[in-house]
Amino acid sequence: MVSTVSPPQAAVNPLTAGRLPAAAPWGILAGSLLASTAVFALLQVGSGEEDFNIVGAVFFGVVGYVLLVYIVSRLIEGSRRAKDRFVTALVGLAFVVAMLPLISLVFTVVAQGSGRIDLDFFTLSLRNVLGEGGGAAHAIIGTLLMTGVATLISVPIGLLTSIYLVEYGRGRLAQAITFLVDVMTGIPSIVAGLFAFALFELILGPGTRVGLSGAAALTVLMLPVVVRSSEDILRLVPNELREASYALGVPKWLTILKVVIPTAIAGIATGVMLSIARVIGETAPLLIAAGFSNNFNFDLTEGRMQSLPVYVYYSYISQGTDFQPYIDRAWAGALTLIAIVMILNLAARLVARIFAPKLGR
Amino acid sequence: MSKRIEVNDLDVYYSKFKAVEGVNLVIEPRSVTALIGPSGCGKSTFIRTLNRMHEVIPGAWVDGEVLVDGNNLYGPGVDPVRVRRQVGMVFQRPNPFPTMSIRDNVLAGVKLNNQRISKSDADELVEKSLKGANLWNEVKDRLDRPGNGLSGGQQQRLCIARAIAVEPEVILMDEPCSALDPISTLAIEDLIEELKQDYTIVIVTHNMQQASRVSDRTAFFNIAGTGKPGKLIEVDDTATIFSNPSIKDTEDYVSGKFG
Repeated sequence: MVSTVSPPQAAVNPLTAGRLPAAAPWGILAGSLLASTAVFALLQVGSGEEDFNIVGAVFFGVVGYVLLVYIVSRLIEGSRRAKDRFVTALVGLAFVVAMLPLISLVFTVVAQGSGRIDLDFFTLSLRNVLGEGGGAAHAIIGTLLMTGVATLISVPIGLLTSIYLVEYGRGRLAQAITFLVDVMTGIPSIVAGLFAFALFELILGPGTRVGLSGAAALTVLMLPVVVRSSEDILRLVPNELREASYALGVPKWLTILKVVIPTAIAGIATGVMLSIARVIGETAPLLIAAGFSNNFNFDLTEGRMQSLPVYVYYSYISQGTDFQPYIDRAWAGALTLIAIVMILNLAARLVARIFAPKLGR
Repeated sequence: MSKRIEVNDLDVYYSKFKAVEGVNLVIEPRSVTALIGPSGCGKSTFIRTLNRMHEVIPGAWVDGEVLVDGNNLYGPGVDPVRVRRQVGMVFQRPNPFPTMSIRDNVLAGVKLNNQRISKSDADELVEKSLKGANLWNEVKDRLDRPGNGLSGGQQQRLCIARAIAVEPEVILMDEPCSALDPISTLAIEDLIEELKQDYTIVIVTHNMQQASRVSDRTAFFNIAGTGKPGKLIEVDDTATIFSNPSIKDTEDYVSGKFG
């Protein structure tokens, strides 16, 4: 039987709009990169240069992608979606541009520095070493000791200051402290080093260079960071929790100790770790205040003390006639420093996770 | 256990701004007093003066006297911490301590004050307080779980359990049900009815049905306009306020003509 009725025409839904398939942007990106690579390859052949310009190829490929995806999307999807795709592409581009130096830096340091990461490097000092061999154990110990003491001094002072500012401070004094902390944040690290050097010269006589002096310089740099980060975190603790505690007849100091700080402990730990990461790589103040040394020194109050950044600096600046071992040690020192900061950051994450308020249901 | 509260000529200020003016009020022991009135008329400000919580806000201060069994809360040398141990408070939004378990939340008044308590005493106190707040059956199997994991209504009852665990004489409730659903509200209202046997209760509410359901006496606050201080207009037995108030403003408010 022959039906004369035509199949019902699908009514056009007025709410629909053109839509690029999900794979289309990736296709455009690949095409744009290919085209750009081809152009640069032709240029290379034409000009007779030896190196292929990979940075140029990727850059113009990505810029081409941003323009192309905008035009294609505008033709098919309309102007609003086209703007969306344009801005998305720009944001992605910015992310890649920001990440490239980081990846390049970590890659270079690992590639160059891992050659000297051996047992000697972590157990020996540079005493009586000329040319190959030797290690950075004295510098690692110096860095850990000085940073550790700086942390021990600046965390209690910084935390108490931030508690004062958040919980007690009103009026002129609090304003003055906030202002001074802001000023301290802006102190150039070399000035902190000079301050510590001058301070210990006054106390212990001219030309004194000891580990404690280096720790004092780091404290000056660390303190404002600790105050600022803990202050921000303590202000995030809801007032309702403080009021709940007051309403139970708990005095203010116990409320701060047992309600406010436990609630904020994860953020405080993160802030402290960030401040350590901020100062552990300081070179100039330690060079002035603690000097440099090729020997082990476990005593903060006596004699010069080496630290990893200064070690890296000196390995590079005073190369011997056979320079390669010095360069290798400098890279390995840099890698060790990055590794220490990384480990501290992971530790902070762990602390934050352990102490974070539990929201389990 | 419960005590009588007498408020004489109380003015409350935030810095120079007078928020509440000239309150005279008597709150009888073992009764529920409801404070009603439009938003911003000073009910919450007033209730916070009854356990000196308002002075937690910087710049807030009080003129006048509040007598609890004849002792002036605002007399010279009075320790606000001691006041708050006698006059507990439950807040509008449930606020259990996020770092503590359900059990520790109930014991917060003891533990935060560094008091020693044996485990058996603590267990007993937790059970008694949670039963008092009608929450025991719902949480007895998970006392070690965080208090944040409970529903809003359960959290609010946990806060009430926490407040009665320190055995206060008076319990203040600042809109305890405004963030809760009708079922949880009913549970809290039943609870207020039971707590009345032992405690003096003052409750701020926006819900006039709630005021008429739970309270013995009702106080109506009103405000003449923005920037003017809130005033206590009328206080009487709840039945009188809702059926036959003596002041026109009160009648307009409770009958829904404004506000």
